[in-house]
Amino acid sequence: MAGPISSAKVDYSAAMNLAPVAAGDWLVVAPVLISLVGGAVCLMTRKNTQAQPKLAMIFLALLVAANLGLLVRVLDKGVITMVMGGWLPPFGIAFTADALGATLSLVASIVAFCAGLYGAVTVDGTGRRYGYYPFLVLLMAGVCGAFLTGDIFNLYVWFEVLLIASFGLIILGNDRPQLDGAVKYGVLNLIGTNLFLIGTGMIYGVFGTLNMADIAAKISELDNAASGTLLTIGVLYFLAFAMKAAAFPVNFWLPASYHTPNIVVSAVFAGLLTKVGVYALIRIFVLIMPESRDYMADLIAVVAIATMITGVLGALAQTEVRRVFGYLVIAGIGSMLAGLAVGSNLAISGAIFYAVHSILVMTALYMAAGVMHRMGGSYDMRELGGLYGANPAFAGVFLILAFAVSGLPPFSGFWPKVMLVDAAMSDGRGWLAFAILLSGFLTTLAVGRVWIYAFWRGGPEGTPDGTAVAASGGTISIGSSALWLPIGILTAMIVYFGLQPEVMFDLSARGALGVIEPLGYVRSVFGDAP
Amino acid sequence: MRTLIFRTIAPYLSALMVLYSIFVLLRGHNEPGGGFIGGLIAASALAIFGIACGVAAVRRALKVHPMSLAGFGLFIGTLAGVYSLFTKQPFMTSQWWPVTIFDVEIKLSTPLIFDIGVYFVVVGAIASIALALEERESD
Repeated sequence: MAGPISSAKVDYSAAMNLAPVAAGDWLVVAPVLISLVGGAVCLMTRKNTQAQPKLAMIFLALLVAANLGLLVRVLDKGVITMVMGGWLPPFGIAFTADALGATLSLVASIVAFCAGLYGAVTVDGTGRRYGYYPFLVLLMAGVCGAFLTGDIFNLYVWFEVLLIASFGLIILGNDRPQLDGAVKYGVLNLIGTNLFLIGTGMIYGVFGTLNMADIAAKISELDNAASGTLLTIGVLYFLAFAMKAAAFPVNFWLPASYHTPNIVVSAVFAGLLTKVGVYALIRIFVLIMPESRDYMADLIAVVAIATMITGVLGALAQTEVRRVFGYLVIAGIGSMLAGLAVGSNLAISGAIFYAVHSILVMTALYMAAGVMHRMGGSYDMRELGGLYGANPAFAGVFLILAFAVSGLPPFSGFWPKVMLVDAAMSDGRGWLAFAILLSGFLTTLAVGRVWIYAFWRGGPEGTPDGTAVAASGGTISIGSSALWLPIGILTAMIVYFGLQPEVMFDLSARGALGVIEPLGYVRSVFGDAP
Repeated sequence: MRTLIFRTIAPYLSALMVLYSIFVLLRGHNEPGGGFIGGLIAASALAIFGIACGVAAVRRALKVHPMSLAGFGLFIGTLAGVYSLFTKQPFMTSQWWPVTIFDVEIKLSTPLIFDIGVYFVVVGAIASIALALEERESD
């Protein structure tokens, strides 16, 4: 009885894929499914604040497992596509997982898992009743969906899903600065989403399709008359995703809002949201519209340099730890845009590696800021101090994170910077390479300031020189031993990718090749003869 | 708004509207209607009941929090698409089970289950917003 209605006697083979689908191909949609079902279950158990974190953690663990399985399968079999409802592309909505999408989706889900663990300590009963866990899991539906979809309008839909979930997360405590930050965040993001939608409408007008593989195949056949329209679409998309990614000069929403929510929410936002924008830039400009990218390369380079330098100068000017880290997120986005500006294989690999590194390190830094707040009672560097004496182990972890975010060896930030500088130099963009190095140097100063003020000196402002240990003396615990686990997982990954970069070299090279040479991507959707 | 006439008529009106919303939901596959519009009608039924008899009465009548209804809708809506995993077809491929009751063929299907999911999501989400707004007004 199952299957299309047999009584209708219609030949479906022209419109539908009737071949059986291997159960393994379901891994393409599994991350989104798990997040949606998990979000629904968490929503139903919203009032049960004891059971809900456990349920959410089960779903987040499943999500990590599904993403891991997906990545293994993609590396094994190449790009995997599933078209919803069995309709043939480009009519059905395609989910297409390549190395780039699967890698980022996996790293994002690991970060979400860590945020779930961290939130079990820092989000109180009220925050849970207001829906921390449902929003976190549904946010992952949006993030994974954006990384895995092969349809440009569907990408817009997942952007909306993650945006709505992030609105819920940012106002979790409902106090005045949060609402203030949420308004700035919301308005800017809605404008960006609208530009995205306008660009997508124009894409549909020009190509008559929204499937990314279809567009990538058709764009080379387009005659010159449409190149002006294409460029318009390119600029619209660039502006839209630059807003999402927090690139200069449309990044002022980020420092205005990222320090307001619960610290674990800031950690998730800093790790994931801007990187989804960077991913969309890479996906659109390298896979679909390489000619627009070539044309706009100089513009992207200027934006990248400005983003890096203004970001890191902002970080140097702040005394609030969370604001410092917020500006460092922006500086990192500049480095990834530098990769996009160069556009060579090495540069895109570097950008992908940097995105993975940035997801891990920014989340870990915000989590560390939360611990500093628990230990020192403040987010302000002037009021912090003596944390090294209070807990040397935690100080060591922070130093690792500080080295990593500055791009110093032997941690994960070093390798992508090497790749990006190398790529920029061989492309003849000396200024871009210089800006990457300069921003790395200034980042070192910015986190060095945090280190010296919060950790190294004996106590808060006014403590006499020469004080080595905080007045209370002895080791202070970091608040709750459960906080060690999420920070530990992220730090371990940062150290591992620093010491064993081959894994990420391989993944990011395959990811970059997959978008620069779209043949494999197109074939995965349309079969061997598109 | 709590006039005697309104309070007397509101329960009947709400019941009728919920009934009508289910009718709209079920006819929606081939004719105008469906889960979204049906959900809106049901949510307005709850809103009218709330205006007439107070939000507390609505919450008592609903038994569960509207947001849980929305979660339930999302849950069955997602699972409706998963069924095709067992028939080796892609996600969300529709499955049909036509049954004949009193010589009328009724096509039960996964799109119907999905539509019911949409119905619950809309009822839950809109009703919780409406009830929150009405609650604020009454105190």
